[in-house]
Amino acid sequence: MSEAANVPESKPAPAKKKPDAGPEFLVSAAPHLSDSVTTRGIMFEVILAMLPLFVVALYMYRLNALILTVATVVGCLVAEAVANWMRGRSQASLADGSAIVTGMILAFSLPASINPYMAFIGGAVAIALAKAVFGGLGNNLFNPAMVGRAFLMICFPAAMVAFTPTAPMKVDLEARGVDAVTCATPLYQAAKYAEYVKKAAVDEANAEKYRRQANEIRAEMPGQWQLFVGNVGGCVGETSALAALIGGLFLVIRRVADWRQPVGVLAGVIAFAVIAKLVGGEGIQNPLYYLNSGALMFGAFFIATDYVGAPLTARGRWIFGVCVGVLVMLIRLFGAYPEGFMFAILIMNALTPLIERWTVAEPFGGHASA
Amino acid sequence: MADENGSNLRQFKEGVLSNNPVLVQLLGMCPVLAVTNSVENALVMGMAATFVVVMSNLITSALRHHIKPHVRILIFTLTIATFVTIADLTLKAYMYQVSKQLGAFVPLIIVNCMIICRAEVVAIKNGVGRSLADAFGIGIGFTLALLILGVVREWLGSGTLTIPGLEPFHVMPAAFTENGHNWVIMILPPGAFLTLGVVVAISNQIRARHAKGGAA
Repeated sequence: MSEAANVPESKPAPAKKKPDAGPEFLVSAAPHLSDSVTTRGIMFEVILAMLPLFVVALYMYRLNALILTVATVVGCLVAEAVANWMRGRSQASLADGSAIVTGMILAFSLPASINPYMAFIGGAVAIALAKAVFGGLGNNLFNPAMVGRAFLMICFPAAMVAFTPTAPMKVDLEARGVDAVTCATPLYQAAKYAEYVKKAAVDEANAEKYRRQANEIRAEMPGQWQLFVGNVGGCVGETSALAALIGGLFLVIRRVADWRQPVGVLAGVIAFAVIAKLVGGEGIQNPLYYLNSGALMFGAFFIATDYVGAPLTARGRWIFGVCVGVLVMLIRLFGAYPEGFMFAILIMNALTPLIERWTVAEPFGGHASA
Repeated sequence: MADENGSNLRQFKEGVLSNNPVLVQLLGMCPVLAVTNSVENALVMGMAATFVVVMSNLITSALRHHIKPHVRILIFTLTIATFVTIADLTLKAYMYQVSKQLGAFVPLIIVNCMIICRAEVVAIKNGVGRSLADAFGIGIGFTLALLILGVVREWLGSGTLTIPGLEPFHVMPAAFTENGHNWVIMILPPGAFLTLGVVVAISNQIRARHAKGGAA
């Protein structure tokens, strides 16, 4: 995978040959081996893998999903073009698809009801402040899409947590005569449920009331199947674990993404959730619930596998993945936010250089000793 | 004397533009980042700093033949502290609300490296006229940079522009803040860093173009 990231975007122009100058010797820097994999090809496959998510998003949120995706992608491309212009570079990087991938990932991690102009700003910030200022593709410290999302989260806190019911849910709600504008995410419900269960256990005088509230939330919570296909409140493209799994498996089988990070993330989440369930008891959901809700599946396959922000070494990728999984669960169960994928990725991005230094592979034959 | 005046003018211009303390030298970042969340705060902070740098340059330059080199830093600091105290008490007396918002950042002008830098680099070596021209240039350059940050941050963050002594001026329609379209991040610390970065990038870009144009 690392070789793929190192492939230059465009082949260096062949040196001008003087006629009759005899054989020419070229001295060039490593890597000397290269294959036909290009940035553009990789990005195209990632976009292809995101299509199932996009289809589900279109089904769940209809036109909103399309408008949001267009807004973020345009934002990313505009920022990329401006950055290229400011740095006096060619506009070739517009065509390599990396800005489009960033835009799509960002769009998929936004609530459907957010104003398109905010989505546009998020896309522009993602590319301008997280990628271009560090020197463009391959040089960014943090995942651009997640930086864009973090920016929007601080910038428009109200809009970023206003989740709307999906189209099928709306039909269902209308049939029941409920006119719902907002909709809780499964993780928000889980957090609230845990809170009430805890309160009921602590506050004996009002235990009855808290227990009733907890049960009300319990009744509203989606079933496993509903969670798995994604017919729940949440961000545009993250709700469907099934679609993320299809796209993710495609990436892993095509070797575009390393399997270590997604497996590590899922393992970290399952391990943490099982332990929490055993220790924490009633307020904690079934581990599968945590696996299928929020941005987890989408993030494990599409965000944690970003080449640039994750370590290059195999052991490092394991550590990266497991730590992301554990951090996600830590934030979900103990943090102020119901979902923590964005923060987990950003924190681990910051630790990536350390992990890499820690897991440098031993050279064949051992280190040269002094 | 004509030459002297010319060089004074150049010294002044340098302070405002090519040697701007905030955008070029990146000195005195603490108040730049901390108090530019509104135009009013930025303007008052800029004027207070200008007052201090002018007075400190004036005194240091006038006494430059009497200051022993090994105690000069002490003298600078005492001079600056005196005028910072004057500025602080004046603000407290006449602009109490603003002074409360600026909080510790007015007293902190004492340790603003931009001001001690002017005393060390210019005032201790040059005559009063040149030192004053330099101080005004640096002070106004500082104030302008703060104003740019203040305008951007307040405009995007609150949708208003507050000018000292007047009602806040609503630049954006009321729906901007009511519907949560205002960029909350801009009035928070991250907004200061981001805005400063972008403004410095733009100023570098302009200076690079300018330098290229001059060379060609």
